[in-house]
Amino acid sequence: MSLIFNHVSHQYDPDAAIPVLALKDVNLKIEDGGFYGLIGHTGSGKSTLVQHMNGLLKPTAGEIYYEGRDICDKDFDIKSLRHEVGLVFQYPEHQLFEATVFEDVCFGPKNMGLSKKDAELRAFEALTQVGLDAEYFYASPFELSGGQKRRVAIAGVLAMKPKILILDEPTAGLDPKGRDDILNQIKKLHDEQGITIVLVSHSMEDVANYVDTIIVMNKGEVMYNDSPKNVFTHVEELEAIGLAAPSVTYIMRALSAQGFDVDLTATTTREAADTIINALSDRM
Amino acid sequence: MLRDITLGQYYQADSVLHRLDPRVKLIGTIAYIIALFMCTNVWGYLAVTVFLCSIIVISKVPVKFMLKGMKAILFLIIITVCFNMFMTQGEVLVSFWRLKITKEGLIVAAKMAIRLSYLIIGSSLMTLTTTPNQLTDGLEKLLGPLKKIHMPVHEIAMMMSIALRFIPILMEETDKIMKAQMARGANFDTGNIFQKAKSLVPLLVPLFISAFRRANDLAMAMEARCYKGGESRTKMKPLKYQGRDIAGYLILVGFVAAVVATRWIP
Ligand SMILES: Nc1ncnc2c1ncn2[C@@H]1O[C@H](COP(=O)(O)OP(=O)(O)O)[C@@H](O)[C@H]1O
Ligand SMILES: [Mg+2]
Repeated sequence: MSLIFNHVSHQYDPDAAIPVLALKDVNLKIEDGGFYGLIGHTGSGKSTLVQHMNGLLKPTAGEIYYEGRDICDKDFDIKSLRHEVGLVFQYPEHQLFEATVFEDVCFGPKNMGLSKKDAELRAFEALTQVGLDAEYFYASPFELSGGQKRRVAIAGVLAMKPKILILDEPTAGLDPKGRDDILNQIKKLHDEQGITIVLVSHSMEDVANYVDTIIVMNKGEVMYNDSPKNVFTHVEELEAIGLAAPSVTYIMRALSAQGFDVDLTATTTREAADTIINALSDRM
Repeated sequence: MLRDITLGQYYQADSVLHRLDPRVKLIGTIAYIIALFMCTNVWGYLAVTVFLCSIIVISKVPVKFMLKGMKAILFLIIITVCFNMFMTQGEVLVSFWRLKITKEGLIVAAKMAIRLSYLIIGSSLMTLTTTPNQLTDGLEKLLGPLKKIHMPVHEIAMMMSIALRFIPILMEETDKIMKAQMARGANFDTGNIFQKAKSLVPLLVPLFISAFRRANDLAMAMEARCYKGGESRTKMKPLKYQGRDIAGYLILVGFVAAVVATRWIP
């Protein structure tokens, strides 16, 4: 039960004079129950990669296997793949179209062929999961704030009960509070519902506190695919490709340079606090 | 797919055609279209073909790039050809079921196909070699005399150039929204015509909203920079005819005269 990329390459314009590969020989395994962070500079191919995960784009070379079956096979049911691998696009609020929030969230389940009642039950559940206040359920989606719209859009995908939920830069353009709220909701979905999450972002800060595997993309290639601790040991390499380690890493390094005995691999603020307290109590 | 439509797109290159005054290119396009519809025999089409080919070579725009734009309207051309082929009365060549292909029909269809594709290649060549800014300037200058009868020429030119500028953006947006709805299980290509029309709602509503939002943002940005069209507005690069523009006009006159002359060749 997993999603496997085997030497996947993608070229948007097959007859371009100079071939430009948006994805270059990508090998990946998305395991059930994982929480993945997909990181890369703008244009590194993150969105291209995630659109392969539910068959919206087809690899120009290589294969993608979902639960052991090649998704490019003629008899592969691509529709059911899209139900099981939910993809929330960047700025998903731009896809809202119904008269009410509730109806919009019903769109996905209805496309799955569910009855009206089942679709509504799922919509209700999904809207509750993303933490939208019930008073907005029958409002027009266009009257909501940016953060609320985004929740509705995420609920629209969640209502299909995907096994893997992919979110393409879900925090883009949100204020810090909106960002933390959304990320915490996503974490809750992972922890409580056991949904596999792929979180796309260009900010290390966003993902460092949440994910258990970080996939770093650079110019269409997977550069690192490892735990946050291991990835953040490559601070210089990350900076060279326009990314940065989370500020915690920099603080730990600075403290260490000042002679404090702190754990350099701390990535979350929690761990940082712990190791600083330890270092201070050693000194006392 | 949709983004392949090249109409209204600019292709950056360094050619005489790119440097030509936009007024020459605008008038040239009109003259070219008129000439195209004045062709009555093979010689006329030959003259237009030679003209078009040389322009394409001069423009330095890759032929592949232009053909990609044609792909999108191939459907339109095929429909026109079919209608002409089956609907024209005359000497029957082939007939099956209720359809008849006539000799006259074939000729009309072939002419139509050539005209349509030449028309589209010709006019997309203009937009491919002229930036929207130049296009507006040219239009405004050309329509300038209409200001006397209180036509809002500057505004019209501005609106047209903005519309052209927005075509590729909206294409991209369509592609994106389509994919986003497909990720929610939407189906755009199955079912009967009513189901298909209905399936477009989730695409069209967000597209319209996005177009309005963009228009609003743009208006805001223009006002924030104190944009005010019309009378007292000066230009950073006022249009001035150069030697090559005069040469361009002369070539155009020669071309149209040549095409007209072919009408008398039996
Ligand atoms: N629809 C498209 N057509 C052609 N090229 C594209 C398209 N979408 C993205 N690209 C190109 O592919 C590369 C990767 O883009 P993308 O996957 O969107 O990166 P990211 O999401 O990491 O910012 C970029 O160079 C971009 O220009
Ligand atoms: Mg992206």
